[in-house]
Amino acid sequence: MPTFKLKINNEKHTVEADMDTPLLWVLRDHIKLLGTKYGCGIGQCGACTVHVDGNAMRSCLLQVSQAEGMNITTIEGLSKDGEHPVQKAWLEHDVPQCGYCQAGQIMTAAALLESNPNPSDKDIDTAMHGNICRCGTYIRIKQAIKTAAKL
Amino acid sequence: MTRIKTQYNRRSFLKVSAAAGGGMLIGFSWLTGCITDSKAEAVEVPKEWFDINGYIKIGDTGLVTIYSPNPEIGQNVRTSMPMIVADELDVDWKDVVVEQAPLNTGFYQNQFAGGSLSIRLSWNALRMAGATGRRMLLEAAAKEWALPVSDLTVSKGIIKEKNGERTVSFGDIASKAVGIEIPEEVELKEISDFKLIGTSIKNVDGKKIVTGEPLFGLDFYREGMKHAMIVHPPAFGMKVKDFNVDEIKRMPGVSDAFIIDVTLNEPGMFDEKGFFQLIAIVGDSTWQLMKAKKAIRANWETVGELESSESHIATLEKALASGNVTESRKDGNPEAAFKKAVKVIERTYSAPFIAHNTMEPMNFFANVTENAVELVGPTQTPDALEKSVSKLLNIPPENITVNMTRIGGGFGRRLYVHFGVEAAAISKKIGKPVKLIYTREDDMTQGTYRPTYLSKYKAGLDANNNLIAFSVKGAGLPDGPVFPNRFPAGAVTNYSAEKLSGITNVTTGAWRAPRSNFTAGAEQSFLDEVAELAGKDPIDFRLELFERAINNPVGDEYEYDAERYAGVLKLVKEKSKWGETKQGVHRGVAAYFCHSTYVAEVFDMIMVDGQPKIKKVCCAVDCGIVVNPDAAKNMIQGGVIDGIGHAMYSQLTFKNGAPNEMNFDKYQLIRHSHAPEEIDVFFVKNEIAPTGLGEPGLPPAIGALANAMYQLKGKRYYHQPFNVNQPVVG
Repeated sequence: MPTFKLKINNEKHTVEADMDTPLLWVLRDHIKLLGTKYGCGIGQCGACTVHVDGNAMRSCLLQVSQAEGMNITTIEGLSKDGEHPVQKAWLEHDVPQCGYCQAGQIMTAAALLESNPNPSDKDIDTAMHGNICRCGTYIRIKQAIKTAAKL
Repeated sequence: MTRIKTQYNRRSFLKVSAAAGGGMLIGFSWLTGCITDSKAEAVEVPKEWFDINGYIKIGDTGLVTIYSPNPEIGQNVRTSMPMIVADELDVDWKDVVVEQAPLNTGFYQNQFAGGSLSIRLSWNALRMAGATGRRMLLEAAAKEWALPVSDLTVSKGIIKEKNGERTVSFGDIASKAVGIEIPEEVELKEISDFKLIGTSIKNVDGKKIVTGEPLFGLDFYREGMKHAMIVHPPAFGMKVKDFNVDEIKRMPGVSDAFIIDVTLNEPGMFDEKGFFQLIAIVGDSTWQLMKAKKAIRANWETVGELESSESHIATLEKALASGNVTESRKDGNPEAAFKKAVKVIERTYSAPFIAHNTMEPMNFFANVTENAVELVGPTQTPDALEKSVSKLLNIPPENITVNMTRIGGGFGRRLYVHFGVEAAAISKKIGKPVKLIYTREDDMTQGTYRPTYLSKYKAGLDANNNLIAFSVKGAGLPDGPVFPNRFPAGAVTNYSAEKLSGITNVTTGAWRAPRSNFTAGAEQSFLDEVAELAGKDPIDFRLELFERAINNPVGDEYEYDAERYAGVLKLVKEKSKWGETKQGVHRGVAAYFCHSTYVAEVFDMIMVDGQPKIKKVCCAVDCGIVVNPDAAKNMIQGGVIDGIGHAMYSQLTFKNGAPNEMNFDKYQLIRHSHAPEEIDVFFVKNEIAPTGLGEPGLPPAIGALANAMYQLKGKRYYHQPFNVNQPVVG
């Protein structure tokens, strides 16, 4: 089985995996970073969103062989203790219900604010379109993104 | 002061304490509470813990652990249930950490998440647990100081002498309270004395959720465990015969492959009804198993009818005409009244099968040894799971433990226990601990779907536009969507309701607000049309009917409190400023009562760039005492969005017995841009014991949406999903 050198949350990891293994399952099964969630496996729900060189990407669609040499950030690496503005805003608005999709929502929102520090409602709708919340916390997510923009 | 008889015995306390201790020993850190959170900075982690009763454990530093008995599916009971205990205990919330209690039927009652019942059924038990703890701590202090309990007061975990300076903290007296006899009776607080109940307390798991700590069943990991996946028949009505087992076993990362049989002799209501024989593959990594799944070549045999969406519609129509009535009510003489009526209106409503689609797919961990089973995972019914595993493996329930993880969405899906049973069957076969996970496709195509429904409503008005006759006939596959004794029963002189059933081999079950999730939309948009025909304001029209039910009820009984029903309509009328017109804003209203809670909603819709948009939703809710207002608001907001989404976009269609939609590329769920811009929630203030909030926000949203869409577009919406022929953006 081939080995791959990955840079995740500023730490180096060497993993042995089939080369077509999605980054999602490398994170979860091999490295035991369990914050990144499996939802659909086809890039439709956003639960597995991570940052790859600063961009929000679906880790279920990115093969481990393609992830070498890239800077990967997962929810665990966003901040050590929930101090990232998006995480703080999420807590302030008490956004989660079941909570399962929220890591993905937070990662997409954090990437949005990096590229667009003061997004309009429409910008938020467009950027967040790929992240499903089955509990329907969309209104609070939008409020939290607006709060995070000010933090 | 309310006095209440306690219902504990010392043995059951000890049993739960031992079981809870066991939960910690097996070492999945996320079940042991929030000790690693910021709480630990406020209060030192105790060296010694004292079990006060099965709900409360107090540490020598004053940190208090409260066990949350019920499964957490996002309805926030892991925060609200301990809040109730903490209020009666009189402890400062900053000193509280929460732990999930394991299944213990000998001690906790109603350890399930369903029917919006967690708070409603446990309100008294939780208050009693807190009050009993407080009383025992007070008695311990009184004994120390040789004073009567009546000479002591308690606040925020500090006991104080009324006529003196002595104080003692819960942490310092807890060791003495352990030996105190459990009182036979305790005093509960006056509702006006609540300190925590009625305040907005943030989700106890909030920080873990936003930092991605492992909390969910899918995150459970045990050293040495295997991964497993299943393959079920591709269609309802099919069964597995055999598969290329040798080839699959040779694939990289696959350690075993076989067929499991999970047939139970006497299945319960939460047991599997469709697929009893499944192909199971076991290995070391999820991805390798996913690849092996794709390589499976199985022979399936057809053992039942292979149904289609067309055959489902035909079966529903046949059921509606069959006269196979399973439940009914009749007041007066509807036939004669319809003949006499000046205006008669009849409308047909329908809704498709829909899947639950919890974002966390079905999964469970099982470790079956010779005569014991350990189960860990997301279940809404741990007791049912324990019983089913006990039956399948012939292992007594007392040798089975069930620990509940946080659950990534329930909506009724995880009332059904087959995935836990399957995990146990696989673990038994391989003799190792195993975690079974479903792919999204497995999850969507082996569902316990919301049944498909078809209902006909008919109303008759006299010359003065009074509603003199009303009838509803509803069929479902398999269960009809009619509640004969709900509104407008009791409010119409000539009334008829008939519930009919049809047969399907598609497996169905409870889906958030069962039957109400369809009935409310149909009934409330029908009444909107009747009000329009009568030339009456839709809210005033409904209020007239409630007046009738209050002052001069028809029939012996009806299943709602007309005053409270009218109350939410009056509140939503006031808060939404109903009657005021705003340029370009089109409004619809609906009210519904289910799961003991009353909800009325007003939708405001506008056109933006030629597309309909939901600008604002105003909700009025009567659920009795509101335990945690901001979290309660979150539940109602979620229910509204869930109702909009499924009524507008979602359906599961069938061909040759198989669902056509297998993942979110084809199955549409509501997304960010479709959600309303704003949802206001107002609660009726009263002192009635609290009722549930998980379900009641959803049903009226469908009616209010259909009614607002009619005002906006001049077209009535009868068949869900509303957007199929005419795409609409929310």
